[in-house]
Amino acid sequence: MAIARDTEPLGSSLEIGQLGLGRAELLGMYRNMMITRGIEERGHILYKQGKIPGSFYTGRGNEAASVGVATAMRPEDGGTPLHRDMGVHVTRGVEAWRILAQYMGRADGPARGRDGNVHLALIEQNLISMVSHLPAMMPVAVGLGLAFRIRGEPRVSVCWYGDGAAARGDAHEAMNFAGVRRLPVVFVCDNNQYAYSTPPQFEYACANLADRAAGYGFEGIVVDGTDILAVYEQAQRAIEKAREGGGPTLIECVTFRMEGHAVHDDAFYVPSELFQEWAKRDPIGRFGLWLSEHAQLGEAEQGEIENEVKALLGEAQRRAEASPMPDPAELEQGVYAESTEAPGDTDA
Amino acid sequence: MPEMTYLQAISDGLRQEMRRDERVFVIGEDVGVYGGAFKVTVGFLEEFGPWRVIDAPLSEIAIAGSATGAALMGLRPVAELQFADFVSCAWDHLVTVAAKQYYRAGTPVPLVLRLPSGGGFSGGPFHSQSPESSFTHVPGLKVVCPATPRDAKGLLATAVEDPNPVLYFEHKHLYRRIKADVPEGRYTVPFGKARVHRAGDDVTLVTWGAMVYTAAEAADELRGEGISVEILDLRTLQPWDKQAVLESVAKTSKLLILHEDTRTSGFGAEIAAQVAEEAFENLDAPIKRVAAPDTPIPFSPPLEKAFIPQVADVASALRELVAY
Ligand SMILES: Cc1ncc(C[n+]2csc(CCOP(=O)(O)OP(=O)(O)O)c2C)c(N)n1
Repeated sequence: MAIARDTEPLGSSLEIGQLGLGRAELLGMYRNMMITRGIEERGHILYKQGKIPGSFYTGRGNEAASVGVATAMRPEDGGTPLHRDMGVHVTRGVEAWRILAQYMGRADGPARGRDGNVHLALIEQNLISMVSHLPAMMPVAVGLGLAFRIRGEPRVSVCWYGDGAAARGDAHEAMNFAGVRRLPVVFVCDNNQYAYSTPPQFEYACANLADRAAGYGFEGIVVDGTDILAVYEQAQRAIEKAREGGGPTLIECVTFRMEGHAVHDDAFYVPSELFQEWAKRDPIGRFGLWLSEHAQLGEAEQGEIENEVKALLGEAQRRAEASPMPDPAELEQGVYAESTEAPGDTDA
Repeated sequence: MPEMTYLQAISDGLRQEMRRDERVFVIGEDVGVYGGAFKVTVGFLEEFGPWRVIDAPLSEIAIAGSATGAALMGLRPVAELQFADFVSCAWDHLVTVAAKQYYRAGTPVPLVLRLPSGGGFSGGPFHSQSPESSFTHVPGLKVVCPATPRDAKGLLATAVEDPNPVLYFEHKHLYRRIKADVPEGRYTVPFGKARVHRAGDDVTLVTWGAMVYTAAEAADELRGEGISVEILDLRTLQPWDKQAVLESVAKTSKLLILHEDTRTSGFGAEIAAQVAEEAFENLDAPIKRVAAPDTPIPFSPPLEKAFIPQVADVASALRELVAY
């Protein structure tokens, strides 16, 4: 028995126009999706070349969900994106070369080599860098919303988590608190069907994860997470509702993890038909098609965007590889803060 | 005797326990079809079925907590957390319920929690930690840290037999790197008995886990300089073999403690305090510790290398002790 509301796909450019997305915005979203995938594809190659230490994860298949939600945020909004949400960082303007530098453990990565892979975020963009422990960032995202509420600021916090992470207590505590206080928080569940090797039926027993919202006293919505326009529409609605004091919403973006859990995982446990089926719904392919049908994206312009992204990434890689390794002499610096001035503290 | 990697020895020991005792079952994330993140339980699902090899949701409290409940009902759970780092999620449960149950209610909790720990491969701050010391501070929990394949198997058998919650730290950096002969049949290795990894006369070096091998390399270096180092591998931290340490110190008069975890309030501090309390007169030099600095474990290779104690750090500490 499902409780959450299912959304309809968006069709015409007229409907899209009503959302406030002009052609330039639409192409910008497309470009961000391509940069997102491009960064992760480069990362994959660099990893195989031994230039990226540790393990390597991508968000292939999640580009519509991450870019779609991030596009609906305003600069003053904040949030806690996770390991499949590179598109959020790209959309909010983290430079590609810094992301590659982060992957490679260089001094110019946002974590300065102290942390790796997608454990990055720029506080200037009101994003908080994730930890591995899932979903420990959920109550933190609620805390951003709490701060906005205490100060009476019209800002919204966006809280990402996965279908596996949903099983932990942090998720419950975060959503319950946000519901009780009607905090300006939008929960985005990236349901990509697998949590490492664990399929949905071993993670949750409800029809949709968004059904849980009812238990916390707010609205739950299921959206096709491979359709960037549908994601954008729902995210914008939920974010603006939260901004106006309407409380939280849980948006479940149904997607598919188009690769293994990480590079080391060949995903032998996923039936190959599933990969084939979802490949047809590749979020970038889908949006490209939509743009060609509704926004006159022709081959020439498509090629131009591709070349531009390629050039950007080539330059990013060059710059990242030129970035130095962190200096071991600084290892013990910066465990404790030396100033009480908090980032984002506007009075300081 | 077959040669096995450290990882194979853990697998082999666990399989033997499950064949021997129907009450033993495995629970954890991705332990079934996938065979565990590190592949310790590959083939287990096929052999023992889905109610003895249970894929849990991403829920460390559900894993540790339900293992406690099942143990209280007479089963013998061997739970796996994907990385020891995630034990922080189950900390409340382990410390509040499992550790105190027997003392309060007289009901034993025979539970084993397997915890892949340790760094050395750029796992970053959340996939590299060695949190064993913290748990030695919690009365009611036992803490096991095997360094060799033989001990990995034997200590696991002892852990399964033990009527208490046992935290079994398996060092990820040893999984495939360390290979040795392991007896085929079932055997146990007692808790609280150190192993002499190498006998020596000039300095005692107490350590455990992957640092045993760092210690051995450093001792090799010093052998060339005519210095003989006695390496004690504690094997278990709670209980720990104080007697063996005191006896070795009585012989060498000098003590170096080495651990991969951070220095402050690490288990090395406890060892140092007890040796100072009980064998002050036997010491010819201040006790020394080599441990990681008090920072999170960084990701980038040059930082991680500076964090984890290296052979050169140990060798120079040994030289200082000898020269004192
Ligand atoms: C508390 C905790 N336990 C275990 C893990 C190991 N782990 C990393 S990702 C993952 C699966 C996460 O699934 P989901 O939340 O659905 O996100 P996905 O990776 O599928 O996008 C697991 C088990 C973790 N990161 N945190």
